[in-house]
Amino acid sequence: MMITVRDLHKQFGKLEVLKGISCTVAESEVVVVIGPSGSGKSTFLRCLNMLETPTSGEVVVDGVSLTAPGTDLNRVRQEMGMVFQRFNLFPHKTALENVTLALLKVRRMKREEADAIGHALLAKVGLADKAHVYPDHLSGGQQQRVAIARALAMKPKVMLFDEPTSSLDPEMVGEVLAVMKDLAREGMTMVVVTHEMGFAREVGDRVLFMDEGRIIEEGTPEQLFEHPRHERTQSFLGKILYSRRLQ
Amino acid sequence: MQLIWDSLPIILLGARSTVSITLIAVTLGCVIGLFAGIARLARNRAVRLLATAYVDFFRGTPLLVQIFMVYFGLPQVADSFQHYLMATFSIPQIWQSTHINPFPAAIISTSLNSGAYIAEIFRAGVQSIERGQMEAARSLGMTHAQAMRFVILPQAFKRVIPPLGNEFVAMLKDTSLLSVIGFEEMARRGQMLIALTYKPFQIWTTVALIYLLMTFVISRFVDYLERRLKTGDDHR
Repeated sequence: MMITVRDLHKQFGKLEVLKGISCTVAESEVVVVIGPSGSGKSTFLRCLNMLETPTSGEVVVDGVSLTAPGTDLNRVRQEMGMVFQRFNLFPHKTALENVTLALLKVRRMKREEADAIGHALLAKVGLADKAHVYPDHLSGGQQQRVAIARALAMKPKVMLFDEPTSSLDPEMVGEVLAVMKDLAREGMTMVVVTHEMGFAREVGDRVLFMDEGRIIEEGTPEQLFEHPRHERTQSFLGKILYSRRLQ
Repeated sequence: MQLIWDSLPIILLGARSTVSITLIAVTLGCVIGLFAGIARLARNRAVRLLATAYVDFFRGTPLLVQIFMVYFGLPQVADSFQHYLMATFSIPQIWQSTHINPFPAAIISTSLNSGAYIAEIFRAGVQSIERGQMEAARSLGMTHAQAMRFVILPQAFKRVIPPLGNEFVAMLKDTSLLSVIGFEEMARRGQMLIALTYKPFQIWTTVALIYLLMTFVISRFVDYLERRLKTGDDHR
């Protein structure tokens, strides 16, 4: 297993956001996490690379327990890329510098070597011509693609996506999803929190439905979308499909 | 008029000291302030408390009192320490009664004072950077220190320049307090000239106008920097 999560709890003060999550993600698997807002799905994702420290429970990534005391989290995080809802590109760095920063400072790679990797990754996400442009001069979709390239630079074993298309204008969602589909096809292990049901259906190997801090139901996209067993899943999907039909 | 022309070289010599001590105070203040500002945000509670105590003390007490504490208080403490060494460990007396010159006393008091204000400027600058920047840096495997150095601080420095300019202007004026310990900056020179000439109005007006000229030039320069940085600032 690439990721194993056992009985994960997370509390913010008195508020219990995660109430015991257990799941596994196999190598090359694409797991899509869906659920209403406030269900804890982003918190769950952020616990996977310890941006959020769980209150209790265990997270094991590629055989290393992240929750065990003394684990070098910085080392583990080098193997896990993360893409954020709000891109979080470094505004004082060009697209290329965003991609190469960690290679230079964390991996201590030579500049020529890092630049070569950076250019290759920008080309991969379709932004070869934007290498020397600052994030502010890129569209949201382009920024998010640079952010994906930045995460890929460290050659991660796992990629975490936290609602990567939620702050994009509708016409830019497609270009970001296309890059993610390519990644899935290449066999990247991915955990994706998203509202894009089309993406979940097409690319997801497995879908987790979360509500109120628990995994309510999981299964293949067909099972979950066509024959949801749980009443809360049905009502959530019903609302989403209804709103889609209105659009 | 002749009087002003005659005293101008002496006042300007004082102005040079004023600018020098201000530059030294703000430069050392930046070094102290950077560490104290970051310490104010440290996860370690003791470090945070220590930095907070420093900042609160030097911002919460008058610079004049701080100058007295350093100039008159520090030598007394040094002497008491020596007496203690003699009495307890019978270490022979190393120095006679201690005296600190106005110049080092001026540097110590103004730098410590400036450091406290600049610590707050840096802290605010760091905190103004979106949390996602730190998270993105950490998610790439950077340590907290690396993320600070390569991601947070470069962005914070830009935002900190206007308030740093204001601190410089404030310190330039406050150095006039150093006249009380005989440090020969501009106000002290003015006092000395008045003792010679008995013309307080003319001398103080000249001194005031030179202060005004200096603060005016610096403020305009800071405004200019601020405007340039705004156009260069690619992010809000």
